[in-house]
Amino acid sequence: MRADHFFLSLKNLKHRGLRTWLTLLGIFIGVTVVIALIGLGNGLKLTVEAQFGVSSLEVITVQAGGLNFGPPGSGVSIPLDMDDLEAVKGVNNVDYAIRRNLETLKLEYNDRLVIGTAIDLPEDKEEADVFYEALDLEIEQGRKLKESDTNKILLGNNFLTNKVDLGKPVEAGDNVKLNNKSFEVVGLLEKQGSFILDNIAIMPRTKLDDLSDFGDEIDMIIVVLKDTELIEETKEDIEKVLRKTRDVDEGEEDFDVSTPAAALETVNQVLTGVQIFIVIIALISVFVGAIGIINTMTTSVMERRKDIGIMKAVGARNSDIFLQFLIEAGLLGLIGGLAGVVFGSIISYFGVVGIASFLGTEVSPSLDIPLTLITLVVSFIIGAAAGIIPAIKAAKQNPVEVIRG
Amino acid sequence: MSGKKEVIQLKKVAKHYHLGENIVRALDGIDILINEGEFVSIMGPSGSGKSTAMNLVGSLDAPTHGKIFLDKKDISKFSESDLAQLRGKKIGFIFQQFNLINNLTARENIALPMMFQGASESERLKKADELLKMVDLGDRGSHYPNQLSGGQQQRVAIARSLANDPEVILADEPTGNLDTKTGQIIVSFLENLHKKGKTIVMVTHDPALAQKYSDVVYWLRDGKVEKITKKRRK
Ligand SMILES: Nc1ncnc2c1ncn2[C@@H]1O[C@H](COP(=O)(O)OP(=O)(O)OP(=O)(O)O)[C@@H](O)[C@H]1O
Ligand SMILES: [Mg+2]
Repeated sequence: MRADHFFLSLKNLKHRGLRTWLTLLGIFIGVTVVIALIGLGNGLKLTVEAQFGVSSLEVITVQAGGLNFGPPGSGVSIPLDMDDLEAVKGVNNVDYAIRRNLETLKLEYNDRLVIGTAIDLPEDKEEADVFYEALDLEIEQGRKLKESDTNKILLGNNFLTNKVDLGKPVEAGDNVKLNNKSFEVVGLLEKQGSFILDNIAIMPRTKLDDLSDFGDEIDMIIVVLKDTELIEETKEDIEKVLRKTRDVDEGEEDFDVSTPAAALETVNQVLTGVQIFIVIIALISVFVGAIGIINTMTTSVMERRKDIGIMKAVGARNSDIFLQFLIEAGLLGLIGGLAGVVFGSIISYFGVVGIASFLGTEVSPSLDIPLTLITLVVSFIIGAAAGIIPAIKAAKQNPVEVIRG
Repeated sequence: MSGKKEVIQLKKVAKHYHLGENIVRALDGIDILINEGEFVSIMGPSGSGKSTAMNLVGSLDAPTHGKIFLDKKDISKFSESDLAQLRGKKIGFIFQQFNLINNLTARENIALPMMFQGASESERLKKADELLKMVDLGDRGSHYPNQLSGGQQQRVAIARSLANDPEVILADEPTGNLDTKTGQIIVSFLENLHKKGKTIVMVTHDPALAQKYSDVVYWLRDGKVEKITKKRRK
C-alpha cells in the first residue's frame, strides 16, 4: 500500500506548477547553507591538517614562539636548543623526540635560481625511519635518502612535476646546486598536499649545518608517543619541562607545543561563531520553507477536493487520503532538500578547492554521505510534518459535497 | 422477484440540510429496497432528492434519520475504514460528470479502485487493460481524461466502476451530459452488465430509458417516494 501512495503522490507532483516549486525555496536555501557550511568546515580542517605537514594526528610538534600559521621557524624568538630537546626526550610517554631544522637556501638548476626550504634528515638510523614515518613520506621516484648519504638530497614532489620555477622537471640522478654546492638528487617524494613538504629539499643534518651553520639551534621538535591515547597529558608534561628549561612562567611561554587536534581546535573556534550565525539563518529559512509547504498543500487540498471525493467514492479510506497528502508534502520537502544538497555540495566543493589552492595545499573534497542522507531524511520529515494539517483536512473532506455537479 | 437476496435497503431514511434558519429536507423518510440482480431506476423532478438518495445507497453519505443496510448489516455500525473498504469492493459509481481524476491516465483511473483494495500493480494493470477493451477503448489506456470525448470518459468511468467486480453499479444520470446516441451506448453497456447478473441502480430523467430497462422504478418528489412501478421483463 505504501508504494501506491508514493505513486499517487508522485503523479500529483508531476502536475504541479511553478508556484509550488517556488515555495520550496526556503528548504532549498536552508539545506544549501547547512551542507555548504559543513562541507567548507570539514574541508578547511583537512586543509589546515595538510598545511601543518603532519598527516598523522598522533604527533606533537614543539616550536619556538607562539602558535604560528606561517612556515615554521619564521617567528622571531629564542630558538629551541639541545637542552630543550633532551628535556623533551626525558618526558614520560615520549618515544622519540626528533629535532628538525628548516633553512632557507638558494637552489640552482637548469641555469635558474629559486629560494627553497631545506630540512635535515636525522643522523641516527632509527630516528631517520621515525622521521619518514611521522611525516608519512613516500618516494615517487628514485630512493630514500639514507643517513649515511653525504652530497645527496631528496626533493619534494613539485620539483618532479615542474611546479617550481626551474623551467623543467628535476629527476632522480640530476644534480642541483644548493648555496653554490653541488648535490645529487637521489629521489623525489610523492605528493604530500602540503606547501612546505611539496617544495622541500631534505638533506643529511651535517650537510645542512655546513650550508647554514645552525649549530645547536633547533627550529622544531617532532615528538612521537608511546601511547597516543595520552596525547593531551603528554603535551602538558612537555610544556611543564620546557617552562623549566627555558625559564618562563605559565602563561608567558615563548614556545608552542601543538597537537594537530589543538591546532584544528583553534580553527574550529574561529569557524564556530560564523557557523552559529549562518545556522540560525538556515533554520529561519527552513521554517519559512515549512510554512510554504503548509501553504501549498492547503491550496492543493482545496484544488483537489473533487479528486479526494472521487477517491473516497471508489473505496479510499481516510487514512489512504491522509497518507497520500502526507507523503506528497514529504516529497516536496525531500525535493527541496535534494536540490539544496546538490547546490550546497557544489558550493562547498569549489569553496574547499579555492581555499586549498589559496593556501597552496591540495585537498580532495569529499561528499559526507551520512550527513547527506540525514539531511534528506530530515527534509522529508519537515515536509511531511508541514503536511500533517492539510492532510488531515483532506482526509476529512466530505465526498458528497464535491462530486455532485 | 421475491426470494432474491436483499443487497441494499433504506429504512425511513431522511437527509436534512441546515441552511441558516431553514431546514432543507432533501429526503424526508424514504424506503428503498434493492435486490440482487435487479435493474432499479430512480426518477423524479430536479431537486427531488435523487442524487441524495444515490449517495446514501452507496454509503457515501450518512442519513440524518433512519437506517441503511448493506447485505442486511446496519452500516452505521461500521467503522469509517471498514465502510470504505466495503464500498470499494461492493459498489461501483458512475456519475453524470464522469468524475475521472485528471492527473491520472485512463488506465490508472480504472486501476485506482483496486489500489485501495490492496491489489498488486501487475494485477491492477492487467485488469484495467481488460476493462479498457471491454468498453472498446483498448488503445486509449495512456490518454488523460481531457484527451477523451465525453462518451469515452463515461466508458472509462464504467470500466472503473467494474474494477473490483462489484455486485452493485450506481449510475447517477450517466447519460445526462451526453447526446442521445452516445447515451444509448452507455445504457447498453449497463444493460449488458445487468444481463451478466449485476445489480444496477440508475438515476435518469428519461422515462423511456427507465421504462425500457428497469425492473423497478422509484418515483421521487420533494424528498419522498411518490410511487413505485414494477415491471415483469422479458
Ligand atoms: N449539501 C447540500 N446543502 C444544502 N442543500 C442540499 C445539499 N445537497 C442537496 N441539497 C438540496 O437537497 C435537494 C435534493 O437535491 P438532489 O441533488 O438530491 O436533487 P436531484 O433529485 O438529484 O436533482 P437533479 O435532478 O437536479 O440532479 C435539493 O433541494 C438540493 O438543493
Ligand atoms: Mg442529481
